[in-house]
Amino acid sequence: VPPEVVRGKRAALFFAAVAILLGLPLWWKTTETYRAPLPYSQISGLNALQLRLMVPVTVVFTRESVPLDDQEKLPFTVVQEREIPLKYKMKIKCLFQKAYRRALEHEEAALSLGSMQEAETMLAKSQKQAEGSLTVYVISEHSSLLPQDMMSYIGPERTAVVRGIMHREALNIVGHQVIQVAQAMSLTEDVLAAALSDHLPEDKWSSDKRRPLKSSLGYEITFSLLNPDPKSHDVHWDIEGAVQRYVQPFLSALSAVGNFSVDSQILYYAVLGVNPRFDPASSSYYLAAHSLPHVINPVESRLGSSAASLYPVLNFLLYVPELAHSPLYIQDKDGAPVATNAFHSPRWGGIMIYNVDPTVYNASELPVRVEVEMVRVMEVFLAQLRLLFGIAQPQMPPKCLFSGPKSEGLTTWELDQLLWARSVENLATATTTLTSLAQLLGKISNIVIKDDVASEVYSAVAAVQKAAEELASGHLASAFIASQEAVTSSERAFFDPSLLHLLYFPDDQKFAIYIPLFLPMAVPILLSLVKIFLETRKSWKKPEKID
Amino acid sequence: MAAACLRLVWLAPLLLGLVDGGRAEPPRDALREELVITPLPSGDVAATFQFRTRWDSDLQREEGTDHYFLRYAVLPREVVCTENLTPWKKLLPCSSKAGLSVLLKADRLFHTSYHSQAVHIRPVCRNARCTSISWELRQTLSVVYDAFVTGQGKKDWSLFRMFSRTLTEPCPLASESRVYVDVTSYNQDNETLEVHPTPTTTYQDVTLGTQKTYAVYDLLDTAVINNSRNLNLQFKWKSPPENEAPPVPFLHAQRYVSGYGLQNGELNTLLYNTHPYRAFPVLVLDTVPWYLRLYVHTLTITSKGKENKPSYVHYQPAQDRLQPHLLEMLIQLPANSATKVSIQFERALLKWTEYTPDPNHGFYVSPSVLSALVPSMVAAKPVDWEESPLFKSLYPVSDSSSYFVRLYTEPLLVNLPTPDFSMPYNVICLTCTVVAVCYGSFYNLLTRTFHIEEPSTGGLAKWLANLIRRARGVPPL
Repeated sequence: VPPEVVRGKRAALFFAAVAILLGLPLWWKTTETYRAPLPYSQISGLNALQLRLMVPVTVVFTRESVPLDDQEKLPFTVVQEREIPLKYKMKIKCLFQKAYRRALEHEEAALSLGSMQEAETMLAKSQKQAEGSLTVYVISEHSSLLPQDMMSYIGPERTAVVRGIMHREALNIVGHQVIQVAQAMSLTEDVLAAALSDHLPEDKWSSDKRRPLKSSLGYEITFSLLNPDPKSHDVHWDIEGAVQRYVQPFLSALSAVGNFSVDSQILYYAVLGVNPRFDPASSSYYLAAHSLPHVINPVESRLGSSAASLYPVLNFLLYVPELAHSPLYIQDKDGAPVATNAFHSPRWGGIMIYNVDPTVYNASELPVRVEVEMVRVMEVFLAQLRLLFGIAQPQMPPKCLFSGPKSEGLTTWELDQLLWARSVENLATATTTLTSLAQLLGKISNIVIKDDVASEVYSAVAAVQKAAEELASGHLASAFIASQEAVTSSERAFFDPSLLHLLYFPDDQKFAIYIPLFLPMAVPILLSLVKIFLETRKSWKKPEKID
Repeated sequence: MAAACLRLVWLAPLLLGLVDGGRAEPPRDALREELVITPLPSGDVAATFQFRTRWDSDLQREEGTDHYFLRYAVLPREVVCTENLTPWKKLLPCSSKAGLSVLLKADRLFHTSYHSQAVHIRPVCRNARCTSISWELRQTLSVVYDAFVTGQGKKDWSLFRMFSRTLTEPCPLASESRVYVDVTSYNQDNETLEVHPTPTTTYQDVTLGTQKTYAVYDLLDTAVINNSRNLNLQFKWKSPPENEAPPVPFLHAQRYVSGYGLQNGELNTLLYNTHPYRAFPVLVLDTVPWYLRLYVHTLTITSKGKENKPSYVHYQPAQDRLQPHLLEMLIQLPANSATKVSIQFERALLKWTEYTPDPNHGFYVSPSVLSALVPSMVAAKPVDWEESPLFKSLYPVSDSSSYFVRLYTEPLLVNLPTPDFSMPYNVICLTCTVVAVCYGSFYNLLTRTFHIEEPSTGGLAKWLANLIRRARGVPPL
């Protein structure tokens, strides 16, 4: 073989080696999209996170509530676990950590007072309870603090009272009762199912529950007075005073859940979208239940833009019907007029219809002056606000006396329930967002991850883990804050606009740029390699033939 | 969207305990609305709506305004359309249902040769010593209907032809709701302009330096609408209007760019003072974008051939991509003269991502704003703002001898040097091709070897050639 040919072959092989071993990796490295490293394994671990929600319950035994030998065993702690059956990928377990102890002197004194209110006032003075925890006092079987037929009592603060029993299995029976009371005051399946309603598959379970408002850092509440007939009615309402007296205390009680801002407006010539029908039997007009969903849409365009506010908007409308359609009632599915003449729509707000007292028309000429009774209106709106937040009617255990809420309209343990539900919802949302981001990055190669986005993802993952730890140790307040941070960080990372910088870079542009360079370079190399390979194969076959 | 009816009860007992205390009634908002119709000698009609809402609130404004918080912003080329009218109308209490706002129909309002909308919010003193403050929201809308385009050549106008609606009822929330029709110099004997229905009252005042007479229709007066349940104002020209030229305003201005090429240019503003014997000062405010780099040392102001030094100049230079130039001057305009303000500039080259998708259209420069107290020929009466109609506030008068005018010149369109945006791709292709060709030769040099080859016995070319030869009858190869 002439040396020229050998030299030629060697040169071609070197060209190919340099091009493939040096050129190709260099080109690949310099043209890839920048991706800061992300904790993918931790993100996939979040999906399998076991959420353990711990409720610390302190059970305080007074003298003569249980037999003496049981009293000797105090103090000790028992943990009871319950798995919440939800069709969600995260398993949720509910733990009640019952710490049994004997009552202190001042507690004995307080529980031997005559009425429940005095007892509670005395007990509340002594200690402040952390969010999420409960205290249950066990009184003696014959105590007169509770009415005779009632076995337990749930108070507006985080306290409850249970009747003790003189029985061999006293501790077990009392423990069982305590769990019942504690469940009513803290976590039930319904609360968690409502919180996770967006994440559970659609089935009969979630469609029956009313969907509560999505967890958000704050809410904007708007009260609107709709007056479609200003020629007949000159409507006045003292909304500022009413908000200060009734709404602000409720919102301050809820202040742990988020920031609230309240505003109000009066709209004229705003009609509902549905024409009411006349009912000759009661000579009044009515709106049937099935037409209620169509009422809101035409009004909504005039209510003021929700795009102007950072937070979700809740609208509460007070509608004073026109003279031609007075009085106006809302009928429920069975055709009976609704007592409060109001309805609400989940995640939107509520509407109440205020009928003007017909005696006002006799005396004066149009327009008549109408002063709205704010007490009646605010009762309805506050109740609707509770329902919109998902604070449902509490499910009392049997033979339980419930004291009713405080003057703000919200008991402390209802707030705790809301915080638990919100924490779980936030963790679910954050996990879903992070998992979607990780999946997207795997599927689409064009997404850029800058360093600040990566740091948000890291902090989101850390916050989720911290929230889960705090929930497992029963610190509700810090768990809630950590879960809010987790949601904020994960949303900020997912919706960052810098992810999209190269997303729609068309592929044919890449070909158009690389082909004028790579095609002329690659073709001679490939052809030479093919020729060398064929000749080598021929030279292998020849020795076989000779041999 | 599911709706649920409410069965609440256990909240009721605790709220009933709290009694609705009697509180002093907060004062009501006051709404005044007004429409001024001015027939012009050319046959066009100008209509101006004004809606003023005033309310008392505890929102107090601090004493004085820190000028660091004042901002002036303008978008030079934004066309106003129905998308702007709809939210503007939503601010009106009786929107589109009663009163004068019934006439605001978008399809007619934008079929005009001039359209202007405004929203003004300001605090006003409630009494002479200004111890308490009310807030005022004023919305104005001005349109000019073209005689030939909209009126189809006829010179008779009516509300229905202009707005395709008539007035039916007053807004129940308005304390005043009036229509004024300008009948100056035509009302003496109904010989030139006739107005239907006959006005019951007229109003005379000095506006913009001239005495004007208006026919007044009060919608709140039941006699005006009662007869036919709607009010359709009509005016007919009995004899054609005199063809005298409209009076030239005392202050008008023009602005243009001069120069050639894409490197330099010159901004010129011409200010005309047509008053025969009075000179007055004018405040000129110019906001020029940063990509026209002004040379302030070339600022020259000449009136009647001589240099005119401004009594006050304020200049804030631009910062690239951050803020525009701000130039403010107080210039004394001599009587019966034209003043030219000119300043030279250089055009900047922008980064290639900063160009708009149509860069060869040009870039817009916002108009300059001229503010002046123009002396009037006719002395005006001192004004009581509460009693006088709303349109008086469009031309505020501080004393009886002059009125305030704010003029905007035309916006300008300036071309910037525009690159050829296909060049990066061209460069890549050319460079890659050259490199590939070089590389090819180099590769050949290193790897090509020559060896003798036997001649091939044929192939496709030979077969094709034989085919043609056979067709021609020539012996094959």
